[in-house]
Amino acid sequence: MSTLTDPPNESFRLSMLINDTRYRSLTFQVIAAVILALCIWYLGNNLIQNLRAAGLNISYNFLSDSSGYDINQRLVEYDSQSSHAKAALVGLLNTLLVAFLACITATVFGVVAGVLRLSNNWLVSKLMAFYVEIFRNIPVLIWIIIIFTIMTAVLPGPRAFRGDNATSSMLFDAFAFTNRGIYTPMPWFEHGLFASASMNWLLVIAGFVGSWFAARRINIWANQKQEATGIRPKTTALILAAWLVPFLVLMLVMGLSWEYPELKGFNFKGGIKIGGPLIALWFALSIYTGAFIAENVRAGIQAVSKGQTEAASALGLRPGKVMNLVVLPQALRVIIPPLISNFLNITKNSSLAIAVGYADITATLGGITLNQTGRAIECVLLLMLFYLTASLTISMVMNVYNASVKLKER
Amino acid sequence: MSDQKTNSIAFVADGTIPPSPPPAGETGPVKWLRENLFSNAVNSALTIAALLVIYVILSKTLPWLLNGVWTTNSLAECREVLQGKTGACFSVLTERWNQLLYGFKYPGDQYWRPNLALVLLLVAIAPVLFFDLPRKLLAFTAIYPFLAFWLIWGGTILAPIVALLGFAAGAFVFQTYGKSSFAIGFFGAIVAAFAVWLIGGALIPDGASDNAMLQAVPSRDLGGFMLNLMLGVTCVSLSLPLGIALALGRQSDMPLIKWICVVFIEFVRGVPLITLLFVASVMLAYFFPPESTVDLFLRVVIMITMFSAAYIAEVIRGGLAALPKGQYEAADSLGLDYPQAMRLIILPQALKISIPGIVNVAVGLFKDTTLVSVISMFDLVGMIRGPILASTEWNGVYWELLGFAALLFFVVCYGISQYSQWLERRLATDHR
Repeated sequence: MSTLTDPPNESFRLSMLINDTRYRSLTFQVIAAVILALCIWYLGNNLIQNLRAAGLNISYNFLSDSSGYDINQRLVEYDSQSSHAKAALVGLLNTLLVAFLACITATVFGVVAGVLRLSNNWLVSKLMAFYVEIFRNIPVLIWIIIIFTIMTAVLPGPRAFRGDNATSSMLFDAFAFTNRGIYTPMPWFEHGLFASASMNWLLVIAGFVGSWFAARRINIWANQKQEATGIRPKTTALILAAWLVPFLVLMLVMGLSWEYPELKGFNFKGGIKIGGPLIALWFALSIYTGAFIAENVRAGIQAVSKGQTEAASALGLRPGKVMNLVVLPQALRVIIPPLISNFLNITKNSSLAIAVGYADITATLGGITLNQTGRAIECVLLLMLFYLTASLTISMVMNVYNASVKLKER
Repeated sequence: MSDQKTNSIAFVADGTIPPSPPPAGETGPVKWLRENLFSNAVNSALTIAALLVIYVILSKTLPWLLNGVWTTNSLAECREVLQGKTGACFSVLTERWNQLLYGFKYPGDQYWRPNLALVLLLVAIAPVLFFDLPRKLLAFTAIYPFLAFWLIWGGTILAPIVALLGFAAGAFVFQTYGKSSFAIGFFGAIVAAFAVWLIGGALIPDGASDNAMLQAVPSRDLGGFMLNLMLGVTCVSLSLPLGIALALGRQSDMPLIKWICVVFIEFVRGVPLITLLFVASVMLAYFFPPESTVDLFLRVVIMITMFSAAYIAEVIRGGLAALPKGQYEAADSLGLDYPQAMRLIILPQALKISIPGIVNVAVGLFKDTTLVSVISMFDLVGMIRGPILASTEWNGVYWELLGFAALLFFVVCYGISQYSQWLERRLATDHR
C-alpha cells in the first residue's frame, strides 16, 4: 500500500541554478549576457581611449567634403570637386553594375557548361569537366589578374589602329578592342521626346514594361479561351507584336542612330567605352562563378529521377515538352538555392575590383576616401553596411522567387 | 546420336559455325568513336568544335611551354636566348624560387624551419585525415601547433611551452571535474588555462627571445606560399570548433544565445572577406588596449577565422537539420544530457553529413587567403604583383608567374577535393 505525498517543499538552493533544468537555461543566458556586456564595454572602452589618444572622433562630416580625386568609370556625373559621398555613390553604382552584368553572364556560362557536361559526347563532357575543375580550384583573385593582364598586355594600344599600315583594325568598323578598354557604338536619339537622354531611355524601358503587361494579358486571355472552349488560340504572332511594335514605333519616332567610336589623336572618341578593369572583373567573375553554377546545374538535372522523364514520355509528351514541363521545373528547385548564394558570392567578390583598379565602392569609399581622410572606422562601417544591405536584399528577393517555385506540399 | 550421322552426310555441317567477327563499325575504337563522338550530326559538330578549341589552346601553349628557358638571370637574357621564338621564361621561377615560397624577408639560412614544419604538418594531419592510422599519433597532432609556432617564429621555446601547459591544465581540470558536470568541468578548464597562461606569461623573462636556440623571426617577415598555407591551415583548424559552437548556439532553446549566434553568422556572411581584412588592417587596432601591439598576422587570423567559422556554422547547421528528429529523442530517452547527446549521438552523424560542405569551405578559404595581398601582406600573389613584377629584371614576366601560382593552388585544392570524395565513399554506411 502506498501513500501519495506532496513533493517535498524544497527551498531554493544555489546548486539548482546549474543542476535544475528550470533555472539552468536562465543561468547560462545571464552568464552570456554578462560576458557579452563585458566584451562590449572592454572593446568600447579601448576604442574611446585609443581615439582620444589619437585625437580623433567619430564623425561623418567628411562625407560632404570635396573628394579631390577622379574616377574613370562612372554612371553618374562626377568630378574631383564632388563630395566623398558622391564618390561613394559612384562606387556603389559601379559595384551594382559589375555584379548585375556578371550574374547574367555567369548564369549563361554555368547553364551551358552544366548541360554540356552531361552531354553524350565524351570529348565535350570531358572538356567541360576540365573547365569546371580548373576554374573552381584556382583563386578568383588570380583569375582577375590573369584576365586583366590579357587585357593590358595582349590587346593592342590605340596607336596600333592608326596610319595606313595599321597593325590592328576595328571589327566591322564599329568595335575596337584596345588595351584601354573596348569601344562600342552608342545608340542615341536624333529627335527624342524629352530633352535629356536618360528620360528618353526611361521611356524605352517604360515601353518594355508596357509590352510585358500586354503579353501577360494576351496569355491570360488565351488561357480563359482555352478553359472555355478547349481550343487555345494562336498567340505567338500577337505576343511578338506586343513586344516589337511599341519598341519599333518608339525607335522610329525618336530617330535611333548610332555614334561610332573614332580614332582621334591618341585615343578613341565617341561611342561607349567599357574600361579594361570593368571587363577583366566582369569576365573573371562570370567565368569563375560560372564553373560553380555549372556544377549546381548538373546536380539539379541529375537530381530529377529518370522515372519522371519516362513517365512524361509514356504520357505522350514530346521531348521538348518533357524538358520544359517535367524536368526543368523540378531541376529548378534544386538549382535555385545554390544559385542565390552564387549571386551573393559575385556581389561580394566584386569587391576584388580594388586589385585591378576598377572604381567600385571598396576602391572609392574603402580605398581612396579612407586613405585621404583617415576615417577608417566610419568608412569600413559604411562599407559593411552597404554590403549587408545588398546581400540581404538579394537573398530576400531570391527567396521570394524560391518560395514561388518550391514544391507545394499539402 | 546426331553427331554420329553428321560425318557421313555431306550437306550437314559437321560442327557449329564459328562466330564471325562483328562488323568493323561495331567493334573496338571505331564503335567507341561512333557512339561517343559522332552519334549524330549535332554531336559530330560538337566534337569538331571541341577538337578545334583543344587545338587552339595547345598550339598556343605547347611551344611556349616546351621552348621554356630555365637558366637565365633576367627577362632580357631570356629574350636573347629565345631570339624571337615563342617560349616561356621559367628562369624567373628558379631565380626567385625562395621568394615565391617564403617571401623576401625570411632569413635565408633558416628555410629549413618552415620546411620541417611542413613535413611535420603532414605527419600531424595524417591521423586526422586517415583514421586507419594508430590513434596514438594524435598525441603528436596535439603538440604540433606549438612546435610549428616555435619552428616558424623562433624565439624562446618558453612561450609555446607555457601555451601548451595552459591547454594541458585545462584538459586535466576537464578530465577531473567534467565527468560529474560538463559545465563545471568546462568553465573550470577555461579558468585553469587562463591562470597558467597569466602566471607563465609573467614568469618568462623579457629578453628570453634574444639568445634563443632558434633566431626569432617577426610575423611581417613571413611571406610567399608559406603564408597562404599557414593562414589556410591555422584558420580552418581554428574555425572548425568555433563553427560547431556557433551552429549549436543557433539551434539553442535559449533566445539570447541563439540571437547572438544568428546576428554574428548573418553579419559575417553578408560582408565580403575584403572588408573584414580592412577591419583587420585599419580598424581592429582601435579595439585593442592602448599601447598593446597585436601584429597584422594575428589580426588577419582573427578576422579570417571569424569569416570561415560563420560559413562552417551554416554547413553544420545543415547537417544538424538533416538528422531525423528521432535521433534527438533517442538520445533523450537514453537519459543522456545535452553535452553527452551532442558528443555521442548528434555531432558524429551531423559532421559526417557536413563533410563535403566543410571541405568546400576549407578550399574556398584557402583560395581566399590570396586576398591578404590587397592589404599589403606579401603572400604568393602579393610577392608576384609586388617585388617580383616590379623588379627591373623580371618586369613583364606575367604568364610564367601567374601560371605557377595557379598551378600551386590547383594542386592543393584539387587534392583536398579528391580527399573529400574518398572520405565520403569511405564514410558511406547506408546500404545502397
